[in-house]
Amino acid sequence: MKRAMVGLAIACVSAMSYAQTDTQAEIEKYRQLLQDGNPAELVEAAGEELWKTPRGPNKVSLERCDLGLGPGVVKGAYARLPRYFADVDRVMDFESRLVHCMVTLQGFNREDLVKKPFAGAGEPQTDLEKLTTYVVTQSRGVTIAVPQGHPKEIASFERGRKIFFYRAGPYDFSCASCHGVDGQRIRLQELPNLTDAAKARKAFASWPAYRVSQGTVRTMEWRLYDCFRQQRFPELKYLSDAAVDLTTFLGVQANGGTMESPSIKR
Amino acid sequence: MPDAMRIRANMQGEKVAVRVLMSHIMETGQRKDASGKIVSAWFIQNVVAKHNNRVVLDAQFGPAVSQNPLLAFTFAGGKPGEKVQVTWTDNRGESRSDEATIA
Repeated sequence: MKRAMVGLAIACVSAMSYAQTDTQAEIEKYRQLLQDGNPAELVEAAGEELWKTPRGPNKVSLERCDLGLGPGVVKGAYARLPRYFADVDRVMDFESRLVHCMVTLQGFNREDLVKKPFAGAGEPQTDLEKLTTYVVTQSRGVTIAVPQGHPKEIASFERGRKIFFYRAGPYDFSCASCHGVDGQRIRLQELPNLTDAAKARKAFASWPAYRVSQGTVRTMEWRLYDCFRQQRFPELKYLSDAAVDLTTFLGVQANGGTMESPSIKR
Repeated sequence: MPDAMRIRANMQGEKVAVRVLMSHIMETGQRKDASGKIVSAWFIQNVVAKHNNRVVLDAQFGPAVSQNPLLAFTFAGGKPGEKVQVTWTDNRGESRSDEATIA
């Protein structure tokens, strides 16, 4: 009787694990089908127009913006960010650099730009999101190569790593609580183990992405902001050092991967 | 001027396969905003596709079609290099027309 029950238990467990892999395969197939007709293309087109149009009080376009590869070089720039910028003597991620260019080149007011950086669900995209989508598309297929040459870049990575493993908030979560081991998921969303090189590459390469459930393109800054919200941490300030440092850490972990962004997600 | 559509047209055997990604908010008119007021309907009602001035598709869309509609269809009689023109009209009278060359 006991042996029969154990046999039944083993059969049940193996049936369950087979079903889970089957589900993941189906979800992967569903994601492949979604790839075609990614609405992020429309956002990219709008972003390209914003990049090339003279705007702001200075009536200048962003075509002289230096994203780290020289003024005006957009191709491949996103895959090499965050990096150290001598003109501001600190490490900046893409969105910080974009706001910097919009303020210094075009004369926009910084407070106005960062007041509402992310569109609400169903709302039209913000200019920052459109521009981010355009620039990231120009790095599609490029190898991720976040630099670690300058002392400040290395320091940023170290602080980012510290943040990744730092437990806080009412749940005593760290990033590693969800993203530090294999095989975890929240409901039907699998959580990539970001300490594993292969998974880290895939994850970093897929952001920014069009989020079908929200009808908008979401950037890396948004993803980190939302993770902090999900952990019930205090709000992650847009373009803060913490956000940049975490991005540096995740980016360096993903070095060697290939940018796939903008991808399409649930 | 509403945002541009992305149109891709290529040969699939004897027929031409066209994919159109339209940029439109497609508000159904049933949603309520944060203050409880109905968000008024704003959606594409009609899509017409032409090939060499011949209508190959005439579609009636409604509020059931979701945001940023992706329309894929095939038609016969097209050859690479020829033009396909797609026009949409919405319930507020706005319209947008874009063209693509068959690959």
